[in-house]
Amino acid sequence: MKIEARFLVGLGVVFAALAVSYFFLAHEPAGVAMLVGAVGLGLLPGSYYLWWSHHMKPRPEDDEDATIEDNAGTIESFPGSSIWPFVLGMGAFAAALTFVFGLWLAPIAAVLIVTAAIGGTVESRRGGAV
Amino acid sequence: MTTLIERPDELTPEGPRGPAGIEEVEHEHAHHEGPSGWLKWLTSTDHKVIGKSYMITSLVIFFMAGVMALFIRAQLAQPDSSLLSFQTYNELFTMHGSLMLYLFAGPFAFGGLANYIVPIQIGAPDMAYPRLNALSYWLYLSGSITMISGFFVAGGAASFAWVAYAPLSNATNSPGAGPDLWLISLGLTGFSAIFTGVNLVGTIFYLRAPGMTMFRMPIFTWNMLVTGILILIAFPVLFAAVVMLFCDRHFGTHIFSVQGGGSPVLWQHLFWFFGHPEVYILALPFFGIVTDIIPVFSRKPLFGYRGMVFATMAIAALSTGVWAHHMFTTGVVLLPFFSLLSYLIAVPTGIKFFNWIGTMWRGQISFKTPMLFSVGFLFAFLMGGVTGVLLASPPVDFQVHDTYFVVAHFHQVLIGTTVFAGFAGFYFWYPKMFGRMLREGLGKAHFWFLFIGFWLTFMPQYLLGLQGMPRRIAEYSTAPGWQGLNDLSTAGAFIIGFSFLFFLVNLVVSWRKPVAAGDNPWDGHALEWFTSSPPPHHNFTHLPPIRSERPTWDYNHPEARTLIHKKSDGASAAARSEKAPVEVDA
Repeated sequence: MKIEARFLVGLGVVFAALAVSYFFLAHEPAGVAMLVGAVGLGLLPGSYYLWWSHHMKPRPEDDEDATIEDNAGTIESFPGSSIWPFVLGMGAFAAALTFVFGLWLAPIAAVLIVTAAIGGTVESRRGGAV
Repeated sequence: MTTLIERPDELTPEGPRGPAGIEEVEHEHAHHEGPSGWLKWLTSTDHKVIGKSYMITSLVIFFMAGVMALFIRAQLAQPDSSLLSFQTYNELFTMHGSLMLYLFAGPFAFGGLANYIVPIQIGAPDMAYPRLNALSYWLYLSGSITMISGFFVAGGAASFAWVAYAPLSNATNSPGAGPDLWLISLGLTGFSAIFTGVNLVGTIFYLRAPGMTMFRMPIFTWNMLVTGILILIAFPVLFAAVVMLFCDRHFGTHIFSVQGGGSPVLWQHLFWFFGHPEVYILALPFFGIVTDIIPVFSRKPLFGYRGMVFATMAIAALSTGVWAHHMFTTGVVLLPFFSLLSYLIAVPTGIKFFNWIGTMWRGQISFKTPMLFSVGFLFAFLMGGVTGVLLASPPVDFQVHDTYFVVAHFHQVLIGTTVFAGFAGFYFWYPKMFGRMLREGLGKAHFWFLFIGFWLTFMPQYLLGLQGMPRRIAEYSTAPGWQGLNDLSTAGAFIIGFSFLFFLVNLVVSWRKPVAAGDNPWDGHALEWFTSSPPPHHNFTHLPPIRSERPTWDYNHPEARTLIHKKSDGASAAARSEKAPVEVDA
């Protein structure tokens, strides 16, 4: 976890250096705003990982001498197949087309999106280990 | 429907494949087989099915955009051709660029190849968020349909070039539904890319196999991690810009119009803050592909693994600070800042070239089709990259901005990466994905026609650009030599188109008369070559011990172990602190 954290923090620090020099040299607000956003993208998750990496045991995937058996047990629970991403995608499609072809598509989009949201949630509950 | 993936906590007897790795334990009331046929395609959350869907869709789009390019070149074969109307010509070059950049190059890399290969390379059973992954594909497909449907609405498709500069893209200059469809298509595919980026980062951070430390990941996986981060930096900005432009067009805002107090240059800032990282989103995955291919076919470990990783990070970091080198001629950007950072990108890219050549140096190179395409990539990208360094110089850029010099430059960069390296990856991993080989002869014919067509198409365009031929024009001056150079370029474009017939024939032949690939046809290095072809549901039944960045090769060549890697099977603290791979000059 340490390397992941350093990777993100490092990117954040480089972008911060870019943002500061750009701020003082260019006097142009749009670029500064976007660079500050990029700094946040690096530093926010990066500092969280950095904090965690000091408070957790090293994971088997961070250990050069780990054997496959070290990670025995449940890895994660994966859905085998699910129709809800398709329904949600079509809902988003309809919602986007509303902006071009008119509001008559909005109810269709709303129904699809709400159905997919409920369906996906219920499916996870039925699946057992969450 | 949910499947629990477990690793057994005791060693199963040593099979032909070594100790047991992942074993799938079916949950009660669960059946992972799921539906078949069309319903399988609609409901699958398996990264392999989604990756293949992405790849097929993006290749279809690639061929559509390629045919558009042939129409454009046919129009330019004569100075005053009347093959296409001006409006149609504008629509075609806009959609050629948009389809290639937004819908083919990126999704083919991070949605197709990476989606399929990255989880297998790190020993993961699936992507971290399988349903989000499926949603990404459906957003990508619907976004693609939206963009292409612009051709079928009144007023035609968007015709303001793939960069959609203000004020050309406002409601007065580009009326109609086509431009709106183009904008919302970017919204849909943009979110598809963002979700894939999140998925890649999550998968690589959390689902690696034991022993697969960050600095043992294959370079392709490293590059996809960095690409995922770049996606998260770039695409939200594009989405914001698209929303603002849509508001300008329909809701009466004046963000990009001078009349209402806005700034057209702001669009360029927003667009290129997306656009330049986007160039590296389109390049880094393909750098990763060739970095995986070259060591396999040179029969050597990668030269300078860490250098490659840090070069990738440096390229990504710098690419966020160079956006305005596309805007030198606006006269309102800080020239030295952007020029210097653009020059600096040549350094890590040069390190990559050095390491690729170092890997091949004194290797036992075998020029199978994937290697041939990788070497073709080196030539193509070198030419594109060197002309890019020229363009980073503001005086040169002022001269050739918006001429065919720029067109030739970015086509050499992007065809070098997305086509040469992209198809290198396709030829390389096709046996893994489908369990059958592509024919070598047809593959090599594809390469040579593509290679010749490539140089013939774009070298004349450099000359045309230096002589001042502007881009995005349907008719050009009858100045001496221009038609001859354009005809050469057109001939080259049709040779490129012809080369892809070999590719299609190759696919058909491999389906009609399959040649079984076996698990590891190339004597590969990374984990994907350890599992079967195609991999089983959730990828692995067994995993080898992971002790270096090429675990499959170590497993298949135990005799080389003492030569190349210091033993690290002891769990002592002393062994732990040592750096594991130590190169020994044989």
